[in-house]
Amino acid sequence: MSVVQVSRAAVGYDGREILHDISLTVPAGEVVAILGANGSGKSTLIRTILGLVPLGRGSIELWGQPLVRSRVAAGRSDGAQQRFRDWRRVGYVPQRLGAGSGVPATVGEVVASGRLARRGIFRPSGAADRAAVREALTAVGLLDRIGDPVATLSGGQQQRTLIARALAGKPDLLVLDEPTAGVDAASQEAFAAALGRFGADGGTILLVAHELGPLRPLIDRAVVVHEGRIAYEGAPPEPAGHHAEPGHDHVHPHAEEVRTGLCEWAPTDRMAAG
Amino acid sequence: MDLFKYDFMIRALVGALIIGLAAPSLGIYLVQRRLSLIGDGIGHVALTGVGVGLLLNQSPVLTAVIVAAVGAVGVELIRERGRTSGDLALAMLFYGGVAGGVVLVGLSADSSNANLMEYLFGSLVTTSPQDIVVIGVLGAAVLTAMTALRPALFAISNDEEYARVSGLPVRTLNLLMAVTTAVTVTIAMRTVGLLLVSALMVVPVAAAQQVTRGFRTTMALAMTIGLIAAGAGVVVSAEADTAPGATTVILALAAFVAITVGSTIWRVLRRRAHPPREVEPPDVVLSA
Repeated sequence: MSVVQVSRAAVGYDGREILHDISLTVPAGEVVAILGANGSGKSTLIRTILGLVPLGRGSIELWGQPLVRSRVAAGRSDGAQQRFRDWRRVGYVPQRLGAGSGVPATVGEVVASGRLARRGIFRPSGAADRAAVREALTAVGLLDRIGDPVATLSGGQQQRTLIARALAGKPDLLVLDEPTAGVDAASQEAFAAALGRFGADGGTILLVAHELGPLRPLIDRAVVVHEGRIAYEGAPPEPAGHHAEPGHDHVHPHAEEVRTGLCEWAPTDRMAAG
Repeated sequence: MDLFKYDFMIRALVGALIIGLAAPSLGIYLVQRRLSLIGDGIGHVALTGVGVGLLLNQSPVLTAVIVAAVGAVGVELIRERGRTSGDLALAMLFYGGVAGGVVLVGLSADSSNANLMEYLFGSLVTTSPQDIVVIGVLGAAVLTAMTALRPALFAISNDEEYARVSGLPVRTLNLLMAVTTAVTVTIAMRTVGLLLVSALMVVPVAAAQQVTRGFRTTMALAMTIGLIAAGAGVVVSAEADTAPGATTVILALAAFVAITVGSTIWRVLRRRAHPPREVEPPDVVLSA
């Protein structure tokens, strides 16, 4: 059974369609990277798979269970097609830590949130939860910062805190949204090592990226999204020219933001600049 | 202290202490979600509930809880949509609440400026034994919900999308928070009044987070500051013959200023004693 099965999915906001007719299958144990330029719809795709963005048309199944109950299934009384509810099997790593509000929280407290899906909201945290938090922080090399406020960590360390939060719930599927964007090289390596161990233990990984960097050796299959459709599917594309060099800082003079440049794999002949 | 030989003073103190403890336990989540002013808005709406109660000769506390809860759920539904027009919708709801309250209180048989002021700025010493029971029961419910559900409420306040992907009942918990806000506003209206109620939720949290490192410690310290400010507010206001609600808020603000100044001085002194190293250690992970 495939872990993620997207069939002919279409998604739109405010009447504007962002994804058209996307089909994607992620079998258990595979590491799939969704690549594409900013605005291609790649983040929308994983946010739809996670149920954060409503699905317009088509269907999405996680472990064979539909994310949204279809009208046909809803009419059936046997309950054969129950809506997917087993969210403890999914570990989500967002692009960045939620907007800081000034109320301090320690690294350990943020990572402990990852245990809620497994523990339920009424049961207090127990020894198994504390052990899982420490194990996850060890995996990303941040155990020594467990009592520090997250606001005092660097961007890369905060990103590693978020992957530790997802790992603490011991998921079967990790979904990561631009995990390495704006992250220092050392944190990227720690990140890649933690993901590598998760994959080696049989975990399935679905990640969205702008640049693969040190994650490249982990990727089994790349899916390039361009203008809301899948433009390429197969081996990770080779980086083109100077974009692949470690020292390249990816600044594009025509772009308003540093990260709005064209990507290493973007089919540039079909894209308007900027 | 001969101050507490009167029953009404003891009731005033008990009521203030319960609210001083309960308000920051809710307020910390509101501050974390950048909704520091929501308590104020719900207080505006609760005033209409007071008006309804006075007009119908019902308990104003009861009708205020109901109307404030309806208002808070409405605010939460607007927030959930996340539309930019939500800001304007909130403003209309809040001012509608105040205007409705003033009109309804004016229409009631028992209309007087003193009556309105009692709810706007608090009237602790007129707390009846029944009021104390209501404050005690509702305050205990707020405290229990906010402390027992801390991990889940922290997760939602910290990162709502992550909480949704974790399968948490985000909507139910958000509505619980909305109703809890309404309940806290209404029981605190006796102590500090509807116009100052938000201060007791937010100021102790602001004071505590100047010196804390984690969420749990911030919550504990904020509740302690709230408790002390409310207790001291009752005593000081009785001795100095000032309004108890405003005195409590000023004491909480004084705690904020004292903690901020104190922690800044302590940090400067510590930096003098241990000057930081010239070069920050690089952000490197040593593989095990």
